[in-house]
Amino acid sequence: METIILFAPLVGAILCGFGWRIFGETAAMWIATGLLFLSAILSWVVFLTFDGTTEQIQILRFIESGSLSTDWAIRLDRLTAIMLVVITTVSSLVHLYSFGYMDNDPQWREGESYKPRFFAYLSFFTFAMLMLVTADNLVQMFFGWEGVGVASYLLIGFYYRKPSANAAAIKAFVVNRVGDFGFALGIFGLFYLTDSINFDDVFAAAPELAETQLTFLWTEWNAANLLAFLLFIGAMGKSAQLFLHTWLPDAMEGPTPVSALIHAATMVTAGVFLVCRMSPLMEFAPEAMAFVTVLGAATAFFAATVGLVQTDIKRVIAYSTCSQLGYMFVAAGVGAYPVAMFHLFTHAWFKAMLFLGAGSVIHGMHHEQDMMNYGGLRKKLPYTFWTMLIGTLAITGVGIPLSGWIGFAGFASKDAVIESAYAAGSGFAFWALVIAALFTSFYSWRVMFLTFWGEPRGDKHTHEHAHESPMVMLIPLGVLSLGAIFAGAIWYSSFFGKPNEIIKFFGGEYEAPAEDIKTAVAERSPKASELKYVMAGAPGDAGVYMAPENTVIHEAHYVPTWVKLSPFVAMLIGFVFAFWFYIRNPALPKRLAENQRPLYLFLKNKWYFDEIYDFVFIQPALWIGKQLWKKGDGDVIDGTINGVSMGIVPFFTRLAGRAQSGYIFTYAFAMVIGIAILITWMTLSGGAN
Amino acid sequence: MDNLLSIVTFTPALAALILAIFLRGDDEAANRNAKWVAMFATSATFLVSLFILFGFDRNDTGFQFVEETTWIMGLTYKMGVDGISVLFVMLTTFMMPLVIAASWDVNTRVKEYMIAFLLLETLMLGVFIALDLVLFYLFFEAGLIPMFLIIGIWGGANRIYASFKFFLYTFLGSVLMLVAMVGMYADAGTTDIEALLSHNFAFESFSLLGVQIVGGLQTLLFLAFFASFAVKMPMWPVHTWLPDAHVQAPTAGSVVLAAILLKLGGYGFIRFSIPMFPVGSEVMTPLVLWMSAIAIVYTSLVALVQEDMKKLIAYSSVAHMGFVTMGIFAANQQGIDGAIFQMLSHGFISGALFLCVGVIYDRMHTREIDAYGGLVNRMPAYALIFMLFTMANVGLPGTSGFVGEFLTLMAVFQVNTWVALVATSGVIFSAAYALWLYRRVVMGDLIKESLKSITDMTRRERAIFAPLVVMTLLLGVYPALILDVIGPSVAALVDQYDTALAAAEAATQVASN
Repeated sequence: METIILFAPLVGAILCGFGWRIFGETAAMWIATGLLFLSAILSWVVFLTFDGTTEQIQILRFIESGSLSTDWAIRLDRLTAIMLVVITTVSSLVHLYSFGYMDNDPQWREGESYKPRFFAYLSFFTFAMLMLVTADNLVQMFFGWEGVGVASYLLIGFYYRKPSANAAAIKAFVVNRVGDFGFALGIFGLFYLTDSINFDDVFAAAPELAETQLTFLWTEWNAANLLAFLLFIGAMGKSAQLFLHTWLPDAMEGPTPVSALIHAATMVTAGVFLVCRMSPLMEFAPEAMAFVTVLGAATAFFAATVGLVQTDIKRVIAYSTCSQLGYMFVAAGVGAYPVAMFHLFTHAWFKAMLFLGAGSVIHGMHHEQDMMNYGGLRKKLPYTFWTMLIGTLAITGVGIPLSGWIGFAGFASKDAVIESAYAAGSGFAFWALVIAALFTSFYSWRVMFLTFWGEPRGDKHTHEHAHESPMVMLIPLGVLSLGAIFAGAIWYSSFFGKPNEIIKFFGGEYEAPAEDIKTAVAERSPKASELKYVMAGAPGDAGVYMAPENTVIHEAHYVPTWVKLSPFVAMLIGFVFAFWFYIRNPALPKRLAENQRPLYLFLKNKWYFDEIYDFVFIQPALWIGKQLWKKGDGDVIDGTINGVSMGIVPFFTRLAGRAQSGYIFTYAFAMVIGIAILITWMTLSGGAN
Repeated sequence: MDNLLSIVTFTPALAALILAIFLRGDDEAANRNAKWVAMFATSATFLVSLFILFGFDRNDTGFQFVEETTWIMGLTYKMGVDGISVLFVMLTTFMMPLVIAASWDVNTRVKEYMIAFLLLETLMLGVFIALDLVLFYLFFEAGLIPMFLIIGIWGGANRIYASFKFFLYTFLGSVLMLVAMVGMYADAGTTDIEALLSHNFAFESFSLLGVQIVGGLQTLLFLAFFASFAVKMPMWPVHTWLPDAHVQAPTAGSVVLAAILLKLGGYGFIRFSIPMFPVGSEVMTPLVLWMSAIAIVYTSLVALVQEDMKKLIAYSSVAHMGFVTMGIFAANQQGIDGAIFQMLSHGFISGALFLCVGVIYDRMHTREIDAYGGLVNRMPAYALIFMLFTMANVGLPGTSGFVGEFLTLMAVFQVNTWVALVATSGVIFSAAYALWLYRRVVMGDLIKESLKSITDMTRRERAIFAPLVVMTLLLGVYPALILDVIGPSVAALVDQYDTALAAAEAATQVASN
């Protein structure tokens, strides 16, 4: 069954991409979509019936060289099962949605066939993503990792006539490659030390790695920390974390369904998945994990600030994604892997829905994306409005305070992240996330108010013809909104319940904690002294590994009340500000932007990351390339050779006569002479019998 | 068939002879006949060579299909293949029919053209198959003559300069290699490669003109061979002949050059340098590793700013060959496996990329990147194939380009992490230059007037690409097809290398005590 889940999208991609001339466009698209729905249904069956025991299915041999031995294989554990449902569900809904969204796309000319290509890319992406999450070794994961990168490249550049789309596509691929550079070095290091890159072996060796020193570059490092750090660089690229985030906003050049599938729900969460997958290693790499936490928190904060001032609806949501990914990394960084997965899980539904909702608005508004030209669309797009409202309530984290789980999906998971950050004692991460929550609420409501409330702005004609989207687009929105409402409440106890519930869900064994652990917990937070269970067994036995000393999720339940309330309060403040700025006093934002011009420009220009990178990396690389070419190859190397040859060559060419083709004869001549000398020498010295 | 190898090697030469003697005239019919004869001969060679592949015993690490007879003046004619060379033979016989098919539109001096390519095939096959030093040298050096001619006669405007440069570079290396061969013969008393492989060349350090030579004779011999192989690779900084040669060569010439001739150097390192001069190799390893790492970054950066498509791909070839030398001198199983894999895979990929350039060059007669743009609008099939090979060139997992890079990098990490770091950064640059090239040529709107009537690939062109596409994907997904064949021989080689080094170490210690 897992094999069918995995390969159905690939078959769909091939049939749709190459077969559409035979079956016709519509049939080809339905084949791809149908196969994905098949995958999705089977994935839910697997997810709901999965008992937690890790399964491995070998498919084909892959790279084998000496002691390196890898297979194409499926590793099914809870972590994979979670990803399976997220990927296939969102993907199948996005396929369905694309029937409506991609119809009559104004980017294309009359009679051009672009839809089968689009569906084929989507299906191919899904396949690569599934390969990534089902891998049982790091090379196969790397295959999926780069495969989704290519799919992302192809889809961002889908409108290949647009220069900006082409530029964004390359940027996405190259920036991801920077991350992959670290990822690859991490893989090499793991192989060097453990002689294997299969997860089972690597996980088993993790405790040993913590004791090992590895000489890398100029000095010795703790192996576990270094390797965890290198792998995390890969995650930074894929998940658009600070410093490697610049590609994500530009990736919005792709069609909106792509943004929903790849740049919100699935591909960008691969980094979080990687960190959770490698949790047996991460648990032994405290310094690397501290880095993950800090970087995640910084990203959450940074992206949220930029999101405050963007006017392109998709870019706001893109920065929001970047910011939410930061939340997930904080959770993973403090050791609360199930919480990271929880937020990944809920985020997938509501963020995909927000993107598809935005797509519905864009579709209804004739591909206008600037929110400054929206306004008052509540009546024109009622269904879209309601679903977007649900999405906004989910992302801002609306729920009943202190209840834990009674609320929209984002309420349960985001609060879990923030509480975990506090419980882990990371004050910086905690405050960064709370402030980011305030900003999140502000910009999310800003989107809602600018789009659906107020007076219509911009082109009158467009507003007059604004229309609700067709059913194929609304149904996916409806399904996803179910997830945005209920996903948090339903799976609360599995991801963020009592330790034994979580451990059981992830397929691990639990046992009573050792006395010293209990004492340590009681010392840190007296209220949390009732610790009953910790994870037992070796690293890698379960979907995620949490060392017995790692009690952060347990302690997160006993944080002070003000901490539990803080995200809710932040959310309210954000809402109030947004309401004041965009409903009560719509002239205010403009005035503020003028008063605080430097700050506004700083945020508007995304902290000038693109400009700095262009100046620091791209221009110098081109300059150096040019210098090496003209000066290095041209003057130095060729110059030397020409200089030397000017002395020798004329001599030989004169010898051979004709200057023009003389060198060939010279060469043949020299060779013959050489052979003659060799043979003479050998004959004289006794011959080679 | 006792002389299978000779049959495979000399079938193309025989066809060349037939063309030279029997084909007369310069009309349409004669040209067509020349093409068909060449096509038939290269295809037949490929089919016969399949017997080598299927008859090859993978678990035997020695030489197989060995033929040995005495030849003129006491020389020995000895041929044979092992796990290391057999696939290079297959690569050559596989590529040549495609090369001939890609030359179907040549119409100047067709007979001579085909003769040159057929001779070239024989000589290249000879290099991989020869098991006698003199024989090897003959094939190795003579192989360049048809290549000179191909560039010099059927090349572009600046062909004289290019082949001249090519000649200059190779000349010095050849002389030194010749001297080294004399030295080897003096030391070992045989030219039999099989015997030389088990001969221990002297490695006691001595001083020459006041310079202490660590590794002694082995180091000197190594350096002499290195001078020749490094140029053929080509390694930085002796690579500058390659871009010029590629730019001036006709498409088919570029394909042969990139796909097969560039592999002679790497093959030489694995066949001679590592097993015969282990101590010398070890002494020079840091230098070679750094030259490789520099090659990867340096040429990638240079590729980034090229304006000529062929030059760009040529520079990218140099970078990819950097992975090869790096893998070889990491001298462990992954390294040498990876190096061989990379060479074979690069044969398909770079060959295909030069063919891609050829497709549009045939239509527009320019290689300027700026002259193109938006080809996808009129050439969707071309865009797809070019995309595939661009991705293979940047080493995307799932294509054969990945496996070699991955293995060699993994190998060098075990030896020198600095080199690994620098070389791995190549994956970033390669993505940048390759995708940027693709964007400028294929993507965008079709604006240029001159391109408005360009046509997509013909049936013949698609047929040429099809086998390359299959190989690139097949080897990327199931690399065991290559690794299973080369693995045992490489394992034996690495084992021998390590043993030799350990023995040398022990001997040095005994001597110093």
